[in-house]
Amino acid sequence: MSIAVEPADAPVAPEPREQSPWRRFASEFAESKLALLGLAMLLAIATIAITAPWISPQNPYDLAQLDVLDSKLAPGEHSSSNGKTYWLGTDDQGRDMLSGIFYGLRISLIVGVSSTVIALAVGLALGLAAAYFGGWVDAIVMRIADIQLSFPAILIALVLLAVLGQGVDKIIVSLVTVQWAYYARTVRSAALVERQKEYIEAARVLALSRPRIVLRHLLPNCLPPLIVVATVQVAHAIQLEAALSFLGLGLPITEPSIGLLISNGFQYLLSGKYWISFYPGVALLLTIVAINLVADQLRDVLNPRLKK
Amino acid sequence: MLAFTIRRLGQSLLVLLVMSFLVFLGVYAIGNPVELLVNPQADAIERARATAALGLDKPMLEQYWVFLSRAAHGDLGRSFVFNIPAIQLILDKLPATLELAFCAMVIAVTIGIPLGLVAGLKPNSFIGRAIMAGSIFGFSLPSFWVGLVLIMVFSVQLGWLPPNGRGETVMLLGIPVSFLTLDGLRHIAMPAVNLALFKLSLLVRLTRGSTREAVLQDYVKFARAKGLSQRRVVGVHVLKNILIPIVTVIGLELGSVIAFAIITESIFAWPGSGKLLIDSINQLDRPVIVAYLLVIVTIFIGINFVVDVLYSVLDPRVRLGAAAAAH
Amino acid sequence: MSALLEVTGLRTHFFTKVGVVKAVDDVSLRVERGRILGLVGESGSGKSMTGYSILGLVDEPGRIVEGSILLNGTELTRLDAAAWRRLRGNRIAMIFQDPMMTLNPVLRIDTQMTEAVLAHHAVSKHTALERARAALARVGIPSPDERLRAYPHQFSGGMRQRVAIAIALINNPDLIIADEPTTALDVTIQGQILSEVQKLCRETGAGLIWISHDLAVISGLADEVCVMYAGRIVESGSVVEILEHPMHPYTRGLLDSVPSRNTPGRPLSQIPGMTPSLLKLGAACAFRERCPRAIEPCGVAPAAREIAAHRTLRCVNPIA
Repeated sequence: MSIAVEPADAPVAPEPREQSPWRRFASEFAESKLALLGLAMLLAIATIAITAPWISPQNPYDLAQLDVLDSKLAPGEHSSSNGKTYWLGTDDQGRDMLSGIFYGLRISLIVGVSSTVIALAVGLALGLAAAYFGGWVDAIVMRIADIQLSFPAILIALVLLAVLGQGVDKIIVSLVTVQWAYYARTVRSAALVERQKEYIEAARVLALSRPRIVLRHLLPNCLPPLIVVATVQVAHAIQLEAALSFLGLGLPITEPSIGLLISNGFQYLLSGKYWISFYPGVALLLTIVAINLVADQLRDVLNPRLKK
Repeated sequence: MLAFTIRRLGQSLLVLLVMSFLVFLGVYAIGNPVELLVNPQADAIERARATAALGLDKPMLEQYWVFLSRAAHGDLGRSFVFNIPAIQLILDKLPATLELAFCAMVIAVTIGIPLGLVAGLKPNSFIGRAIMAGSIFGFSLPSFWVGLVLIMVFSVQLGWLPPNGRGETVMLLGIPVSFLTLDGLRHIAMPAVNLALFKLSLLVRLTRGSTREAVLQDYVKFARAKGLSQRRVVGVHVLKNILIPIVTVIGLELGSVIAFAIITESIFAWPGSGKLLIDSINQLDRPVIVAYLLVIVTIFIGINFVVDVLYSVLDPRVRLGAAAAAH
Repeated sequence: MSALLEVTGLRTHFFTKVGVVKAVDDVSLRVERGRILGLVGESGSGKSMTGYSILGLVDEPGRIVEGSILLNGTELTRLDAAAWRRLRGNRIAMIFQDPMMTLNPVLRIDTQMTEAVLAHHAVSKHTALERARAALARVGIPSPDERLRAYPHQFSGGMRQRVAIAIALINNPDLIIADEPTTALDVTIQGQILSEVQKLCRETGAGLIWISHDLAVISGLADEVCVMYAGRIVESGSVVEILEHPMHPYTRGLLDSVPSRNTPGRPLSQIPGMTPSLLKLGAACAFRERCPRAIEPCGVAPAAREIAAHRTLRCVNPIA
C-alpha cells in the first residue's frame, strides 16, 4: 500500500497566489535592492546617452568649439576664453571631458545594444534551425559555434578588425560574429529539451503540426535564458568594444568611444594629468556594473534550479 | 578511454587545419604589405620584384599550400619588419606572456576559490554578500582602465612599483623567467594583478554557485549525519565535487588569459607576444600575425584537449564507467 | 529500566517568509533497546523531520522550538553543536532513502567508511579499515576488499544501501534512524534488507526507528508503531494492537486502503481529500475534513492521551 505520491522530507509549501507572471516576475526582481539600483543607474545612463547632444555643455567633435588654450585643464578649472567651468577637466585638445564622456557613452551604448540585438537575431535563427532540422544542419552549426566559443572573443574580434579596418559598422560586425554562438547554443538546448517533452506526449501531435507547436512552445521556453544571456552580453560587447578602441583598432577618431578617450589620456598619466583617462573609465565602469547588477538578479529570478 | 583520446586528438588536428586556413585567409586580405616596405617612389618594376621576392604574386591557394608545407617544417615565413623567422620572433616573446598568464592564474585561483567557498557557504551573511558585490565589481571593471589606475596609484603617486617593462630574468629549465627575482616580482606585480582581476571574479562566482548547489545535496547531509566535522564536510566532500568542473574551467580560462594578456601587455609595455601582435597588426607584418595566430590556436587546441582528457580522468564516474555492479 | 530514547512534546517549526510551518507538532515517542519502532505517515506528515530533529540536523529556517529528547538519559536539545556532532554517526546513526545521492560519488567507499570511524575514535587508519571490512561483512557483502576500493556508482542500488547500513552500524550506535531506506529498491532486495536489519537489531541491541509510508513493511518489521498525521502522532502502540484494533479513523483509513486487504471485486477504499498544508493548520483536529467520524468537539484539536499501557491516542471520537 502506498498513499504517498512522492516522498518528501520538506514541509508542504503553500499554494501559489494567483498573480500574473509579469507581476510575479517584477516583484521577485525587486527583491534585490542592488538590482533596483542597477536598473535606476541604467535608466540614467540611457537617458544621458539619448539626450547627449542636448545636454552636453559642448559638442566635443566640433573643432570650432575647441580652444586649444584650454587643453589639459584640471577638473573644476575654468575656460580662459568664455569662463565656462570644465567639471571634469579637458583633454589635450581642449575638449570638455564631461561632454566627451556623454558622447562616448552614447556611442558605446549604441554599439553594444545594436550588436547584441543583431547577434541575438542571428543566433536565434541559427539555433532554431539547428534544433528543428537536426541532422547535418545541426552538426555544422553547432561545430562552428563550439569552435568559435572555445577561442577568446578578443582574439577573434582583433583579427576581424585587423582585416576589416575601422568603422562603426565593422565593429558591429565583429561583435556580432563573436556573440552569435552564445545565443545559438542557448536556443538550441532549450529547443531540444522541448522536443523531448513533445515525444513524451502523444507522438502524433508532433507529426501533425510540428512547425507551429515548435515555435509556439519553443520560443517562450527559450526566452528566460536568452534574456539573461543577452543582458550579460550587452555588457561584454561594451567592454570588448572599449578594449578594442583602446588598442586603436576600434572606432575611428571621428567617433571616439570611451575606450579611445581612455587611450588618449594614457600618455599624460605619468605626468599626473590623470583625469583624461580616469573619468571616462569611471563612466564605463558604472555602466557595466549597472548592467551586471540587473543581469545577476534576472538570472536568479529566472533560474529554476535555485527555486526551493 | 584510449579510443576517446585518439578521437579527440583527431578532432583537434582537424580544427587546427581549418583554423590555419581561416587564419591564412583572413590575414591575406589585410592589405598590401608591399606598399609599406617599398619606397613610395619605386616604380612598377621595383614593386613587381618586391612582390615576387615576398611570394605575393602567386594565386592564393598556391600561397596557402606553400605556407602549409613550410609550416609543417616549422617555417612560418620571415617577418617583413625584422627579417628574422616569424616563428622565432613569437617563440622568443612567448615565455614572457606565458609567465604573466601563469602568475595571473595563480593569483586568481588562490584568492578566488576560497572566497567563492565562503560566499557559497554563507550566501546570506554580510561577508557572503560583500564578496558577491565585490565580484560583480571585479568583472565589470574595464581591465585596461584598472591597469591605468594601478599605474596611477602605485607608480605615480606612491612610487612603489615600476610602471612598465619586465624585470630581471633567470633561467629555469632553459626558459628565462622573471618571477624568481625580486626585481622581476616588482615588475610583474601590477600586470599580473591586472590580468587576474577578471578571472578572479569569475572564479569567485563559479565557486560560489557550485558550492551553493553542492551544499544542498544529500551526500552533504549524510556526511553530517556521520558526525564529520564541518571542516571535513566542506574541505573533502564539497570541495572534491566542485573542483572537478572548476578545474576544467580553469584550464579553459588559461587560454583566455593568454589572449587578454594582449591588453595588459600594451598598458604595461610587457615584452610579450601580445604586444608583438598589436605592433605587427599596425605594421602589417603578415608572417608574424599568421605565426602568432597559429601558435595561439595550437596552444588553445592543446589546452582544450588536455582539459577534456583531464576531466575524464578526474571524475571517477567517467573514468570507470557506470558499470552495473558485479554482485 | 528506562527507555533508550524518550521524546516528549517535540516541536520543530520552520520560520519561512510566508509563515510558520509546523513540521513536527507535539510528538512524543519512545524506543526500547533492541526494539523496532515504526513511524508511519504520508509524505508531508513530518516523519522524516522527526528523524532529523532527533539527530539535530534541522536546517535553517527551521529549528526545534520545544520539547525534550532523552537518549540514555542525556537531554539532547541542550547540547551544543560539538557535543551533538560527537553523537551523530557514533551513538545515533541515520540511513537515508536514496543511497545514490547519499554516498558521495567522487569518493571511494573505503574513504567514506573509515572517515565515519576516524571522526569519533582516535585509531589508526589500518584499524578503521578493519572495522569497515567487518561492517561490510555484517551486512552480507562478500569480498569486501574489492568493494572498498570502488566508487558508489559501480554498485547496484541494493548494494549501495547495504553500504549505507554498514556505515550506520560501524560505530555500534545505540539508536538507528532509518528514513524510508527501501523505498527506492526492488521488492526482493527490500525483503533481504529488511530481514538483515531486523537481525542486526536483535544482535546488537540497538534501537531502530523505521520511517515509512508503507504500512505493509512496518507490519512485518516493527514491534511498536506510531502513526503520524500533519506533524502530530495520532495513534501509537504495539504493532499487533494497532493493526488489529486501530482506534484512530486515520489509521483505520490507512489500513483499509491497502489493496491486499481488500476483498476482490469490491471498489478500493480510500481516504477522501488531501493532506492539509502544514502552513494553514487551524485550531481544529487536522484530520477533521477527511474524517468519517468527525463530530462537534473535533473543532478543537485533541491532545494525546494514554489510554492503556504504551498505547496513546489523539482522538475524541475513536473507533471503539
